[in-house]
Amino acid sequence: MRVAVVGFGQTAFRTKRKDKTHPELAFEAINAALEHAGLEFKDIEAVAYGSMDPFDGIYCPERWDATACGLEKPIMKISTGGTTGMTTALAAYEHVASGLFDLTMAVCVQRVGECVDAQPVLNTAVDPIYERYSGLGAIHVASFQATAYMAKYNATEEDLAWVSVKDHKNALKNPYAHIKMDVSVDDVLNSRVVCSPLKLLECCPRSDGAAAVIFASEEIAKKIRDNPAWVVAETTISDSYYLGDRLSFAEWDSLAIAGRRLFRDAGIERPEKDIDVAELYSPFTIQEILELEALGFAEKGEGKEFAREGVTFMDGDIPTNPSGGVLCTNPIGATGLVRFGEAAMQVMGEAKNQVDGAEVALSHAWGGTLQFHTLAVLSSKKKLG
Amino acid sequence: MEVKEFEVWWKIPFKHSAGLHATKFFEGLKDGKILGVRCERCGRVLVPPRAFCERCHAETSEWVEVSDEGVIETLTVTYMKFTGLPDPPYAVGVVKLDGADTGMLCFLGGIDLSDWRKVHETFKPGTRVKAVWREKREGKITDIEYFRPVQ
Ligand SMILES: [Zn+2]
Repeated sequence: MRVAVVGFGQTAFRTKRKDKTHPELAFEAINAALEHAGLEFKDIEAVAYGSMDPFDGIYCPERWDATACGLEKPIMKISTGGTTGMTTALAAYEHVASGLFDLTMAVCVQRVGECVDAQPVLNTAVDPIYERYSGLGAIHVASFQATAYMAKYNATEEDLAWVSVKDHKNALKNPYAHIKMDVSVDDVLNSRVVCSPLKLLECCPRSDGAAAVIFASEEIAKKIRDNPAWVVAETTISDSYYLGDRLSFAEWDSLAIAGRRLFRDAGIERPEKDIDVAELYSPFTIQEILELEALGFAEKGEGKEFAREGVTFMDGDIPTNPSGGVLCTNPIGATGLVRFGEAAMQVMGEAKNQVDGAEVALSHAWGGTLQFHTLAVLSSKKKLG
Repeated sequence: MEVKEFEVWWKIPFKHSAGLHATKFFEGLKDGKILGVRCERCGRVLVPPRAFCERCHAETSEWVEVSDEGVIETLTVTYMKFTGLPDPPYAVGVVKLDGADTGMLCFLGGIDLSDWRKVHETFKPGTRVKAVWREKREGKITDIEYFRPVQ
């Protein structure tokens, strides 16, 4: 069963969306997606809903948000760390791919801006027996990757800073993006060190907002729009719980395995040639570099050159995060769904920061302390090759 | 119109069981010993110990003592204050102890942490480090105060 994305909606993302409550944000994103698809709420047969409760301080936000997205409909809640958004997309996709439904919706809401500090929440994701005392959060593990990568491959602080320059430049073209500022390499290097070697402008913000994606079975998709985004392949993978059980911090082995699986299923032999645009989950500069290498866009140790040499900029060979990416907007549990929706919009030819002629897009999210990955290939063509 | 906001706290006590394996590890710390378990199938020594090897999906029951010296795999120094987390600056790293096949998360110390570049130079990946134990040990992970460079 071929399945396509037929609608995408997102809210404006800000530090605080004080104008709306939790379900009101869901309502905003859902209506945007329905409008994009030309559908009504009653048309949606089932809903997959994603959020991570502790960031918002609301246990079971699906109770509150079901009033906006699931009343009387089958509803399933998904929560897998930073991958939540994309896992929710895949749950809604699989509802259709299984043949059980023809029209489903993925909805994700997260208000990280309402949590005065996300790191203590992230710290509770770490083992309470052996590791939590160390004050570990997401930024620390990203810094572990940066330290190891820089030592192994002689990457410089400037190499990493270029990723930030590129993402911030792209965010300026995206009205939904949270952080909008033109930054130079010097601005990045001169921003304060948060967790060495990562500096403030190499780290994502905390964002409030929501997103929704509508999926349709093949016949229905063709009736809804003439430019649906087909889901060509998707996969997820999990890795060890303890960081110390995987000592290759300079590489992202689990992502490499997932990438090979995805490309095999999609019929992609050379990702750097066959994929036109990528929306990667990189809340920290170093991670885009590791992701480009793990996914085969760059050789090991070469990813550090990509932003500096313009390869990942809009006019480069592999435009990466045209939306401005996670570095500029991070409503954590909704972020993966934004990656997925933005990738779909690129192959529909309707993205705000459109890559000319994009036909094949890659969407990625990671979650936990580097534990999970979710990947998907979307295309304007039903099948590649 | 100023939108109203309501301050809410999640401050809920829990008691997490360490289980039998971790309890034995903590008892070992009290005696100044770092214990791990060897997986009989893949032969890996897991430190800190746990009751099963996730790669082999097999129970672990062979206890081994590992060294309190090892090598740095990676590190970071935190300079920003995060709610409820240690006061900055603090250095955290992953250390692979001699005799272990996995890395252990721990504090790094014994040097000035104010300049991160110097800290990264002192503790660069591959550097040998040794545990600095607390004099009064309570059978907690913090019985190892931090790891310092081996002179
Ligand atoms: Zn084993």
